[in-house]
Amino acid sequence: MPKSSRTPPSAPAPRPIRRLLVANRGEIARRVFRTCREMGIETVAVFSDPDRDAPFVREADVAVRLGGASPAESYLRGDAIVEAARRTGADAIHPGYGFLSEDAGFARKCEDAGLVFVGPPADAIAAMGSKLEAKRRAKEAGVPLLETIAVEGTTPAQRAEAAREAGFPLLVKASAGGGGRGMRIVRDASDLEREIEAAAREAKGAFGDGTLFLEPYLDDARHVEIQVFGDRHGDVVSLFERECSIQRRHQKVVEETPSVAVDDALRERMGAAAVSLARAIGYVGAGTVEFLLGADGRFAFLEVNTRLQVEHPVTECVTGLDLVRLQIEVAEGRPLPDAARRPRRDGHAIEVRLCAEDPEQGFLPTTGTLRRFRFPAGPGLRIDGGVEDGSVIGVDYDPMVAKLIVHAPDRATAVRRLAVAVDAMEIHGLRTNRELLSGILRHPEFLAGRTDTHFLLRNEPAAIVAALRASRATGPLDADAANALAATLAAQAARREEAPTLRSLPSGWRNVPSALQEASWEARLGGGASRRIDVGYRFGRDRLDVRVDGETVSGVRLGACTAREVELEIDGVVRRHSVHLHGPHAWVDGPAGASELVEIDRFPSHAQAVAAGSLLAPMPGKIVRVNVREGDVVADGDELVVLEAMKMEHRVLAPQAGRVAEVRVAPGETVDAGAVLVVIAGEQDSTEAGKGA
Amino acid sequence: MPVIASRLDRASGDFRRNREEMLAKLAELERHLDVARAGGGERYVARHRARGKLLPRERVELLLDRDAPFLELSPLAALGSEYVVGASVVTGVGVVSGVECVVVAHDPTVRGGATNPFTMKKALRAMQIAAENRLPCIQLVESGGADLPRQAEVFVPGGAIFRDLTRLSAAGVPTIALVFGNATAGGAYLPGLCDHVVMVRGQAKVFLGGPPLVRMATGEIAEEEELGGAEMHSRVSGVSDFLAEDERDAIRLGRAIVRRLEWRKSGPGPAGGFEEPLHDAEDLLGLASSDLRRPIDVREVLARIVDGSCLDEFKPLYGANLLTGWASIHGYPVGILANDLGVLFSEEAEKAAQFIQLANRSDTPLVFVQNTTGYMVGRAYEQRGMIKDGSKMINAVSNSTVPHLTLQIGASYGAGNYGMCGRAYGPRFLFVWPNGKTAVMGPQQLAGVLSIVARQSAEAAGKSFDEAQDAALRAVVEEQIERESLAAINSGLLYDDGIIDPRDSRTVLGLALSACHSAPVRGTDAFGVFRM
Repeated sequence: MPKSSRTPPSAPAPRPIRRLLVANRGEIARRVFRTCREMGIETVAVFSDPDRDAPFVREADVAVRLGGASPAESYLRGDAIVEAARRTGADAIHPGYGFLSEDAGFARKCEDAGLVFVGPPADAIAAMGSKLEAKRRAKEAGVPLLETIAVEGTTPAQRAEAAREAGFPLLVKASAGGGGRGMRIVRDASDLEREIEAAAREAKGAFGDGTLFLEPYLDDARHVEIQVFGDRHGDVVSLFERECSIQRRHQKVVEETPSVAVDDALRERMGAAAVSLARAIGYVGAGTVEFLLGADGRFAFLEVNTRLQVEHPVTECVTGLDLVRLQIEVAEGRPLPDAARRPRRDGHAIEVRLCAEDPEQGFLPTTGTLRRFRFPAGPGLRIDGGVEDGSVIGVDYDPMVAKLIVHAPDRATAVRRLAVAVDAMEIHGLRTNRELLSGILRHPEFLAGRTDTHFLLRNEPAAIVAALRASRATGPLDADAANALAATLAAQAARREEAPTLRSLPSGWRNVPSALQEASWEARLGGGASRRIDVGYRFGRDRLDVRVDGETVSGVRLGACTAREVELEIDGVVRRHSVHLHGPHAWVDGPAGASELVEIDRFPSHAQAVAAGSLLAPMPGKIVRVNVREGDVVADGDELVVLEAMKMEHRVLAPQAGRVAEVRVAPGETVDAGAVLVVIAGEQDSTEAGKGA
Repeated sequence: MPVIASRLDRASGDFRRNREEMLAKLAELERHLDVARAGGGERYVARHRARGKLLPRERVELLLDRDAPFLELSPLAALGSEYVVGASVVTGVGVVSGVECVVVAHDPTVRGGATNPFTMKKALRAMQIAAENRLPCIQLVESGGADLPRQAEVFVPGGAIFRDLTRLSAAGVPTIALVFGNATAGGAYLPGLCDHVVMVRGQAKVFLGGPPLVRMATGEIAEEEELGGAEMHSRVSGVSDFLAEDERDAIRLGRAIVRRLEWRKSGPGPAGGFEEPLHDAEDLLGLASSDLRRPIDVREVLARIVDGSCLDEFKPLYGANLLTGWASIHGYPVGILANDLGVLFSEEAEKAAQFIQLANRSDTPLVFVQNTTGYMVGRAYEQRGMIKDGSKMINAVSNSTVPHLTLQIGASYGAGNYGMCGRAYGPRFLFVWPNGKTAVMGPQQLAGVLSIVARQSAEAAGKSFDEAQDAALRAVVEEQIERESLAAINSGLLYDDGIIDPRDSRTVLGLALSACHSAPVRGTDAFGVFRM
């Protein structure tokens, strides 16, 4: 049982919140609004220019334009947000997660402006916001932790010495950091200074604070955190653990509760440690105490997140509590309700984060327009998303587009339900980590509960996705080929539906047939790879002649066939494909998986091709550094350009030794994916290559 | 709307026999088409491909809008002659950039795409269809010009091709030439007379005289490329409007030209919301009889062709051997004249003449469904004025100005061929089922007539008549007439626009009707003097 104790009521009388401004965007803004509607609280949104048409803006009673696109120009502008609250008569601000949620200065600004800040007191944020300070306080409170090495105020030599003593691997962390930004693992002493430099730059860019520290890095551990809640009446409770071990680049991918590694006794101990720390710092509201949990059951304090976590829904599922409602009630000065003071645990809940990123290409964020976003309904299923059909996923914000959460009586059922739901989603328009999520949820290690923080290092995302695809392909065509056939027939139906003349005649009719109708597609695979698929088809009197990549596919009949839906019967097995066509693009969801296809033009363009040796931007972003000039000689692997996108730096390296023939970008410039950055002439053709072509 | 009731017995012996015979005829048709599709044969096709070139049908397929239907015309041209089936040219009506066009594509794998008498007839027929129906005409040019050993049959009449091309242009029907290869000597006037010209770099050769001829004529030594290359014509002479990088690029440019024609059809569009026939077109195989002794129930046929199987019969109780009525096909209203029982009497002829006049009043296209043995002969009929009445019908058919489509589903004998809008009466399109037979009369009748005439002349000369010789002669004549009346032979002579699978009748008529509506659809009241 979680410990809770009551101190005599000394807090002021409850002050009801009437109108709440959410200083955030996307899914969390919608999540908070939902509870507000239930509680009868009016809502105010703030939005940046790219978010003008976002669902959360529409769903608020009133919305205030902040302008700008980058967080610094919009959601990080505390003054503008406080002013927005004033202008709209809001009496409280909910910061969500990220952005200003852990900015003590902002919390103070709210208080100074007479606004209720739905979060902990500014002092608690400040204490926990500095990770060094947080560790000191945790140590005082008797919470086990890992010793750290300061970076500031030490020379490289001193740091190297301290690091050698502590032993590698070490973790470089940003003191003001979160979400994995400014975080680096260093396995070799020779990399230490370079990684410190990079982490400092990233931290400075993301948080405006480049303060760093080092700590020992546990190679084999689970990430287990305790949800705590405190009220202004001195009550602090634990709402149990969440396990968030499966991470990529230190960002959580799968979260669940309970953890398979936590038994009642451990839960009791970890809960008690978390509560004692929270109590020590006078914590109020929702907070999360993160621990590393070793295989031997020992745990070490990592940090406190003084806000609502992304993964809070799993806790809500098993406890039946609405954590946002609790936050608001606590902010209003009410005591925690009995349901929170004596929380129950019921069943198992899992959350996966759907992100616009390519797991097979180092989790590179992807951008574009979400043409269609559909998710299934099902028992115990909950989807918290910030997007809808037509949403544009840009470079400015976090790539997470939605969270799928499932609640079931036991872990096995929860996993199965969630896996099916993940597969049933229709996500058209940009690549996501959906297949990786599906693959994880079917992975034997995950099913066996072997979910340490190195899960995705041990299991290559590409291998997980490949295994998933292999397991699902049935029939004579693999997923991409079947989807390409479906896309072809859907495109055919679209052309017939839109034909300006002879629309009612049979598709592709010939009195002297000589060839099949043809379509060639480029299937966009993960990791930037692609595959060409050639489809031929002809409607016979009572069958469909089909050829895929030159091979005849026999026994094909066509059921329903529209521009959006294709029912293919092959050898008596009917498979339904959902298709979304947009220009030459087709996104297809079939029973064996989803495909992104681009049709190859029948009439190839004779416009100039890209010069050989051109290095292209891997994604849209901003040029941070250009290390070379025209004429420079470079070695294989030299860093040429550094691109920042989605807050991450991407290094563009020389793929071969050669001479720089052309530099097409300058620092500060924003480039699209595929833009030519630098042209390298190989050693043998160093005079001619890159001169245009 | 009155729906045609079907009483078809698919188990009947006639149905099964008809179907078997028809499937055999369709298989034979496919064999003929295989020859046409093979063009110049494997060796020449391989050589053509080795040059990186596309075959004529591949060029046409790329030119057409994807998934749109394409009606190839006269595919059996030259069948039964010394020339390759198909006559070294592919023609048809198809959709390019949303516009119904006539396409003419030379087949360079057959004697270099040279023009023989059948090529000429086929190309002229395609251009006639373009002119009558106001369909933009796209020529995919690669031809060595006249087939020189046969130049006498081609040279003088072949001039009509260039004449008709510029007349098309004068009539406001766009003409486009995509030049993939040779277009030399007279052939150079193909691009020369088109409104829009695209030439393929490194392939097009367009000159009045090649290097040898120039050297013979003037002593000048010149290279092919400077005399008639695509680059020269695009940059220097201006014979070409667009320089295409390759064949696909030329086709892309051709499609872009059509898109920018801003072409609008002049006739009314189809009505929407019509229904497909209620009965299966597959049954047509069992309805089509190859033997005049097994009649074809034309109502059962129409029930598988017209929208919703709906037909409003006109004068149903009068002249019952000829069905007349109003229906629609793929949304286009039509008047239908269909032989039910093959013989036409005075009543049928008068009924037809009146119906044709009515269709002209309401600007409604006419569909003639032929299965006729001709006008009735005999004392009573001659005395009643069969000639006067037959003339009324032929007068009406000849002077009617609404579009006519003719579908021959059986026999087309005697003057019935004329009255029912045979080839000479200028239907916009004429298609024949594989069981179709066309002749002045049936083989037995014709042989019998010849025998009687021979017997009479023998008697008049006082000679004895050799019965055995007569029987042998009759058999030979019957066999010759039977052969000459066959659909494939007539199709080879371009007496129709193609033999079609009966199951495609509705599609073919729908496509043809749509093509007709590219031109204005207007009736007339200016008929010849009706002999009363």
